[in-house]
Amino acid sequence: MAHTLAVTTPTDLEPDVLPANVVRGYWQSVAYRLRHDPVTLFFGMVILLIILAAIFAPWIAPYDPYKESVIARLKPFGWRGHLIGTDELGRDLLTRIIYGGRISLFMGLAPVAVATVVGGALGILAGFGGRRVNTVIMRTMDVFYAFPSVLLAVAISGAMGGGIANGMIALSMVFTPALCRISETATAQVRNLDFIEAARASGAGTFTILRFHVLGNVLGPIFIYASSLVSVSILLASGLSFLGLGVKPPEPDWGLMLSTLRQSIYVNPWICAMPGAAIFITSICFNLVSDGIRAAMDVRM
Amino acid sequence: MDGSIMPTRMLLDIEDLTVRFVTREATVHAVNGVNLQVQAGEVLCILGESGSGKSVTLRALMRLLPAGRTRIEGRITLDGQDVLSLDRKRLQAMRGGLVSMIFQEPMTALDPVYTVGAQIIETVRQHRGGSQRDARARALELFELVKIPSPERRLDAYPHELSGGLRQRAMIAMALSCAPKLLLADEPTTALDATVQIQVLILLRRLQREMGMGTIFVTHDLGVASEIADRIAVMYAGRIVEEGPVADILNNPKHPYTQGLMASTVHAQDRQADIAAIPGSPPDLRRLPAGCSFRPRCAAALAACRERVPTPVFPAANHMARCFRVAAEMGEGA
Repeated sequence: MAHTLAVTTPTDLEPDVLPANVVRGYWQSVAYRLRHDPVTLFFGMVILLIILAAIFAPWIAPYDPYKESVIARLKPFGWRGHLIGTDELGRDLLTRIIYGGRISLFMGLAPVAVATVVGGALGILAGFGGRRVNTVIMRTMDVFYAFPSVLLAVAISGAMGGGIANGMIALSMVFTPALCRISETATAQVRNLDFIEAARASGAGTFTILRFHVLGNVLGPIFIYASSLVSVSILLASGLSFLGLGVKPPEPDWGLMLSTLRQSIYVNPWICAMPGAAIFITSICFNLVSDGIRAAMDVRM
Repeated sequence: MDGSIMPTRMLLDIEDLTVRFVTREATVHAVNGVNLQVQAGEVLCILGESGSGKSVTLRALMRLLPAGRTRIEGRITLDGQDVLSLDRKRLQAMRGGLVSMIFQEPMTALDPVYTVGAQIIETVRQHRGGSQRDARARALELFELVKIPSPERRLDAYPHELSGGLRQRAMIAMALSCAPKLLLADEPTTALDATVQIQVLILLRRLQREMGMGTIFVTHDLGVASEIADRIAVMYAGRIVEEGPVADILNNPKHPYTQGLMASTVHAQDRQADIAAIPGSPPDLRRLPAGCSFRPRCAAALAACRERVPTPVFPAANHMARCFRVAAEMGEGA
């Protein structure tokens, strides 16, 4: 019956399996993989440039974004120092696009940030709370889910009236259900794992478990999903502006510029395509970077 | 438990514990009247097969079972406190402070997204407060205590970066972080390699002696039980069918179930001989048979076994068995 206890010391059989350079944190290894991903790095740099250009617009932009000129309307690329021409009111297009990045980027990032916080918190609550809490939160979210996102954004901002603030609220409401669902699913997966019980057994209260263990495990998937929403948000915001529900003229915004320039598409099609190109480049950059981050974060060694 | 010698100071006293899981379809009778005592500094081994109620007993003791679906009756007194009536705050102070638990599978019982050090620090600060630095110093001390090589570096390792044995050591370090009086170990060596198993057992035994902890060690491995236990309680279908000092149980098992367990180990037989097995399988805990739960599988069953649950008898001092056959034999002997 009895095992023979011929083992001398408890540790000498266990090989020192860990070479010194392997010990590094999760985030360090994510950063390591990102640094070795040229595609993500390149498009990340482009995003950085776009953001910097938007922030430092007054110093970079060659002209005043509001200065109109009757004689300089819809001029082609390179006309008298206007690098990519002028718009239908004779304003420098490059300047307008640089300034327009401020509102467009804000409209891309802010609603997603709001939705991440609100939706994420609601999702964790739904996933960790009892069945009743879950039902109340998730069925409410389902109501919002039932509408196509564009339609919902149009309906909300239409009901509240145009403007940047209302547009932002509308977009936040569009993204909240999706993020809520992601975080609820992730939380439900985590809540029954052993380490939650182990934490409870070591005296952690519900709040500590939520803050430390649940949030730590749920943040990754939420963040990955949110980063993929930024480009959608930019597009939707542009769409709202295009429909006249977002930014009001003469404020520069890519969607709004696209909307007003479309009337001139037969006069100078290249000019009209420029705000669209800005939207396209920005959103594809965010998409690719989000993909890269997901790939870097997904790997569980 | 009349007849047993009551020691002066009981760390843990479980009286007539009953645990049922109530669902809409059925009621699972997981634990059916368990009496257990653990003294300070003593190792009690609960031995039993899967589904015999070992783990449920431990979880009831820490009140980890889901409140809505579980009915717990009986009394659990731990260090003078009535566990089943503790409020939330006291309960949290008890868990991890007075009593802590080591889990079977250290890979899943440690949070994959934090370093093991961060998790220990979190637990230490939960109970003792203090600064990050103090808690880290304590964590380092614990890692040295459980003999983790290069402890400073291991504190910053993630669970997946450690071997199974080191992971379990880290788990033990976490359980010991607040010097509990009672340690619950739920099959802590089952998931480990045989060689690592022995090391972890020796470590646990040493720490238990040094810290004077009462320990309940749950296992289905007779070998493990024989290594670590002072006393063994054999559990079957939610009842303790035999209990006594380790030597008595191993050398002189009384209950037919315990005897069957002993006979079914790979040890004593001839090479060619088949390993003896207990016929049948454990009863369905949703529909327990009347009388002795082991009766359907028991070769020595009597008529009385069908009707009543056997009452405890004591073939030797401190050696309890719940069996009519044992009672009858004692009668003959007297």
